[in-house]
Amino acid sequence: MSNQKIFLEPIIKNNPITVQVLGICSSLAVTSQLKPSLVMAVSVTVIIALSNVIVSLIRSWIPKNVRMIVEMTVIATMVILVDQFLRAFMFDVSKQLSVFVGLIITNCIVLGRLEGFALHNPVAPSLFDGLGNGIGYGLVLVIIGFFRELLGSGKFLGAQVIPDGLYDAGYVDNGLLMLAPGAFFLLGLIVWLQRSVTGQYEED
Amino acid sequence: MELINLAIKAIFVENILLAFFLGMCSYLAVSKKVSTAIGLGIAVVFVLAITTPVNWFVYTYVLKKGALIWISPAYAIVDLSFLNFIVFIAVIASMVQIVEMIVEKISQKLYYALGIFLPLITVNCAILGVALFMVERNYSLAESSVFGVASGIGWFLAIISMAAIREKLRYSHIPKGLKGLGITMLITGLVAMAFMSFSGINI
Repeated sequence: MSNQKIFLEPIIKNNPITVQVLGICSSLAVTSQLKPSLVMAVSVTVIIALSNVIVSLIRSWIPKNVRMIVEMTVIATMVILVDQFLRAFMFDVSKQLSVFVGLIITNCIVLGRLEGFALHNPVAPSLFDGLGNGIGYGLVLVIIGFFRELLGSGKFLGAQVIPDGLYDAGYVDNGLLMLAPGAFFLLGLIVWLQRSVTGQYEED
Repeated sequence: MELINLAIKAIFVENILLAFFLGMCSYLAVSKKVSTAIGLGIAVVFVLAITTPVNWFVYTYVLKKGALIWISPAYAIVDLSFLNFIVFIAVIASMVQIVEMIVEKISQKLYYALGIFLPLITVNCAILGVALFMVERNYSLAESSVFGVASGIGWFLAIISMAAIREKLRYSHIPKGLKGLGITMLITGLVAMAFMSFSGINI
C-alpha cells in the first residue's frame, strides 16, 4: 500500500470510531463544546503519530512477550508530555478536559494501531498511519462537538451564532444535546449516515 | 450516610459508563450476550474493588506533593504527581495479573469464567478513570473504596441491561445502516436518559 493510501484510508472509509469501533471511551465526554474537542483531536493525533514512530523504530528490539508493557510505557510517556504541555500553555482547556487527557492511555485506538501496524512496518508508513487514524478520529470528534455546541447552546467556539431574534421568536436551545444521551444519539446518527454513504453494512 | 450517598451517586446518577462514557470499548464489544456480559461485569467490579484502594495508597504515600515525608522530612518538596498516569496503569496491569494468578489457584471454575476477560480489563478506561477521578476529587481511603466498588456496580448494571436489550434486538427490523454500532449507540442514549431520571436522589 502506498503512503497516501495508508494516510487516507482511515479518515472516512475505515474510520477508527465508526468502523473499527475503537477509542469511543475517552472521546464522547469532551465533545460538549467545540474547543475541547479540537484540542482533544490534536492531542490524540500527536500521540498516535509519535508513539507509532517510536514503536516502529524499536520494533526489532521488542521481545514479543513483553510488547504490551513496552507499548503502554511509550503511550503513557507521550500522554504525560502532552498533558504537561496543555497544563503549561492552555490551562483552562486542560482543566476542562480534566481526567480525559490521562484516559488517552487506555484509548484502544492508540494501542490498536501500535499492535496492528507499527510493530510490523517501517517508520514512514507508521507515521502516515498514525496521522490518518488520528485525523479520522478527530474528524468524528469535531463533528459531534460542532453540533452539540451549536444546537445545545447556540454557540460556535464560544461565540453566539444563533441571532437573538430567533430566540425572541420562540426558538429554544436543545439542552439534551449538552447531556450524555445527546452525544450517544449524535454518534448513532453519524454512524448511520456514514454506513449509508459508503454502503458497508454490518451483519448482526 | 455520606458514603451511601456517594455510592448511589456513582451507581445511578453519575454512572461511569452512561454519564462519563468510560469503558465504552469493551462495553460495545462484549454486550452481545447476557452471559458474557455478566462475566465481564463481575470482573470489572472485582478489579475496581482491588485497584482503587491500592492506587489510593500509592498516590497518598508516594506520588502526592510532600507524600514522601514519611521517609525523611527533606523530601517534603518532592512532587511526583506528573507520574500519576504511568504509575496507575502499571499498578492496574500488575494487579490484574496478580488477581488472575490468585483466582487460578483458588478457584478453577471462576478462573475459566473470568479468564478471558481479565487481560481485557487492563485497557478498560473505567478502571483508570476511577483512579484519576479519585485524585481529582480528593477522596479519602473509605470514599475511594466505596467509589470504586460503586462505579463497578454501575458499569455492571449498564452492560447487563444493554446485553439483554441486544439479545431481543436480534428479532426486530432495523434499518440496514443502523445495524450494529448505530442502533447500539441510540439505545445506549435512551438507557442513559433513563438513568438520568435518578438524579436528585439523596438520602
